[in-house]
Amino acid sequence: MITDASPAAQPELEPLSETSEEQLLEIAMGPQHPSTHGVFRMNVVLDGEHVVRLKPVFGYLHRNHEKIAESETYLGSMPYTDRLDYMCPITNNWAYALAVEKLAGIQVPERAEYLRVIVGELTRLQNHACLIGFLMQDMGSSGTPLMYAFREREKILDLFESLTGARMMCNYMRFGGCRVDMPAGWLEQAQNVVREFPRFLDEYENLLVSNEILMERTQGVGVLSKELAINAGMSGPMARASGVNYDIRKVDKYSIYERFAFRVPLGAHGDVYDRYMIRFLEMRESLKILNEAMRDIPAGPIVDPKMRIRGFRPKPGEAYGRIESPKGELGFYLISNGSLNPYRYRVRPPSLINLTVLEDLCIGQNVADVVAILGSVDIVLGEVDR
Amino acid sequence: MNLETIKSELEAAVPGCRLELVANPSPSGQHSLRIDAAHAVAVAVCLRDAPGLRFDLCSNVTGIDWPGKQTTEKVKLRKLVDGTQQEVEELRTTTTPGSLEVVYHLFSIEKKHGPIVLRMSTQDRDANAHLPSLTPVWRSAELQEREIFDLFGVVFDGHPDLRRLLMWDEFVDHPMRRDYVGPDDYEYEPTAHDEVLRRANQHLSEAAAKLPSEAVGNQQSETDGNRLSEGGGR
Amino acid sequence: MVGEGILKGLVETARNFFGSYVGKDRLTTVQYPEERLPQIEAARSFPFLVYDGPDWDKGMRCVACQICEKECPPKCILIKKSADKKPDAVGKPQFYPAVFNIDISVCMSCQICVEVCPFDAIKMDVDYDLSTDDRFGDLLLDKERLAKSNEYYNAIHPTEAAAVDAHFAEERAKAEAKAKAATEAKAAAEAKVAPAAQEQPVGGETQ
Repeated sequence: MITDASPAAQPELEPLSETSEEQLLEIAMGPQHPSTHGVFRMNVVLDGEHVVRLKPVFGYLHRNHEKIAESETYLGSMPYTDRLDYMCPITNNWAYALAVEKLAGIQVPERAEYLRVIVGELTRLQNHACLIGFLMQDMGSSGTPLMYAFREREKILDLFESLTGARMMCNYMRFGGCRVDMPAGWLEQAQNVVREFPRFLDEYENLLVSNEILMERTQGVGVLSKELAINAGMSGPMARASGVNYDIRKVDKYSIYERFAFRVPLGAHGDVYDRYMIRFLEMRESLKILNEAMRDIPAGPIVDPKMRIRGFRPKPGEAYGRIESPKGELGFYLISNGSLNPYRYRVRPPSLINLTVLEDLCIGQNVADVVAILGSVDIVLGEVDR
Repeated sequence: MNLETIKSELEAAVPGCRLELVANPSPSGQHSLRIDAAHAVAVAVCLRDAPGLRFDLCSNVTGIDWPGKQTTEKVKLRKLVDGTQQEVEELRTTTTPGSLEVVYHLFSIEKKHGPIVLRMSTQDRDANAHLPSLTPVWRSAELQEREIFDLFGVVFDGHPDLRRLLMWDEFVDHPMRRDYVGPDDYEYEPTAHDEVLRRANQHLSEAAAKLPSEAVGNQQSETDGNRLSEGGGR
Repeated sequence: MVGEGILKGLVETARNFFGSYVGKDRLTTVQYPEERLPQIEAARSFPFLVYDGPDWDKGMRCVACQICEKECPPKCILIKKSADKKPDAVGKPQFYPAVFNIDISVCMSCQICVEVCPFDAIKMDVDYDLSTDDRFGDLLLDKERLAKSNEYYNAIHPTEAAAVDAHFAEERAKAEAKAKAATEAKAAAEAKVAPAAQEQPVGGETQ
């Protein structure tokens, strides 16, 4: 039963040339580099154009979010979670709320669950649209695709603003529900955005999917094997592009996701192109969920009436709650000792863990491909460094 | 998956391992399994590869600090005093060394079950804060164990690349420990000049004058109140 | 054919380029600050203190209970309670804040102070043009700069403010009804006492 303890390895790459160690060139890409999506540094050792070693350096945006949260009340940490993965604040709120609800055994009313699904899937749409735009920007198609993506994102951010009051730092979820109900006319506005969104996807696919330059740059680049993806804890689109059939919305059936008919797109090659396409397909599935949720949303309360805002003390114990955030598995691990603030508060950051394999993906590739590979991992430094 | 059956299966597969069920009183019902450091890798490999278990995804790895406690209690003792049995009250101080705990959350992608929670504890928080690394079993633990090494100070034996992750290499303390005392912010102000520099020096001299136990930090509302009034009284 | 994909993409770009002359949804740029988007009602920037009536100092709703100070996650609020009391909106004597400072360079616009306030005294503003050339002084708002009238609150958040005003009107009506009942009861008691006092020498019923 007990087999070798070594991790599943990538296929060995041939040494590219017989270069001696002195002829290698070490470059620090970042922390101020336009392609690193923030303050992230990669110490790359190059043999000509090819990457020999790559060491990521973290911590430039470290603010010890976990320590701050351990001195805050449970609710007081909620606005801080917005700032983890600042591209999708609402899913961060959701994961934290879910963990606290597990810890204290709080029920969420029906309407609040629907609201959560709607805003959560809208978050996924805007995150994926942006990521594709950024990826194109990184590969040198300066501006146009990114601006098209931002134009669509803007419409979703407008929805967030009229619902939650803020475009990005939404602070929307509460333990046992949501903070505010949708204002008059919001649902129609959101339905319009969702109805218009496929047009953007079609345009975008016309613009880029069959583009020969893009295919040359991405196909067969940064291949991640299925075995390594599982062993290294990849989650979200990163894992599914390598063919790992694991979507927490399907597996955990958290919230009310089992009511919606949607499929989990899987990649076959695990290269940058698959990681890029999988986001297109996921957006189309999200639109299905959104259409169903907006059609079926019931009337009712939006927060558990027993919940009070102040003086919330869960009974001693611990809980790990996780959701499928646009980046991957976002989890919160909480330990309560019965006081007003958590004894231990831990964020399981998908962006950080998806970077475990960065070196494996980049070795042997051209230095220009490092940028594309990093872009396809989809990181936000607010979450990587916390 | 029932934790009891997993426990008995593991005990059969890894002879000599000491497992202990840790109940979780919270409604989440996520009970955990404490494993001993000596057999940790064998247990982990069994959890990963046993056909009925197949916990191939190590999702979350984190540390917890349980500082040592010093408790003083009055104990009644029967003693021989002046040749007679008498009841005497004595003060007895007990010191527990405290420990650092590492928690692993495992899921199965193949079987779609989980989570199972593994816990390991170090002997103390200083010299013996060593644990075996599970990175050879699940590579997803690589960066997370580095983070625990950085922020809690647990040394993982067998980790391929154990360096600080988030703090810089010259940093000495472990910020996530409960007894960590934050540095004077002004000292670390990247561009200290003029007013900030003056206050930095003032803070440093104040901190030096204070008892070390009362050093800066931890009194959030008070310090912030001071800062506010300073800002206002320009 | 090689190049077909690129041509397809260029057609799409051209459609967007020329479409922006016709379709409003393809030309989304707003020439800020000359043009501005319509204000969204739920929007929030930084907190302010609501006062009723013409005088900001007298009409301030805040009673210095310091709940927001305690609950504020980044601890950007400083309150010092007054020594004396003054009547509030309903007429009950209450403390008031001698000092109320918010450091908006620390504030993160999370709205938790608004949610925890039991007196509807602190609300979120929508003003976002707050740039200043003084990093410390101008970003530390004192009581006077924080005070905004109820009319202003009604103008920026009409729905929410209407609900708050309705709640206050109800409270005031209740308080008035109670006061009226109290005076009536007092008057009735006096009326009862007066004849009783007259009768006292005769019957002594009051015993």
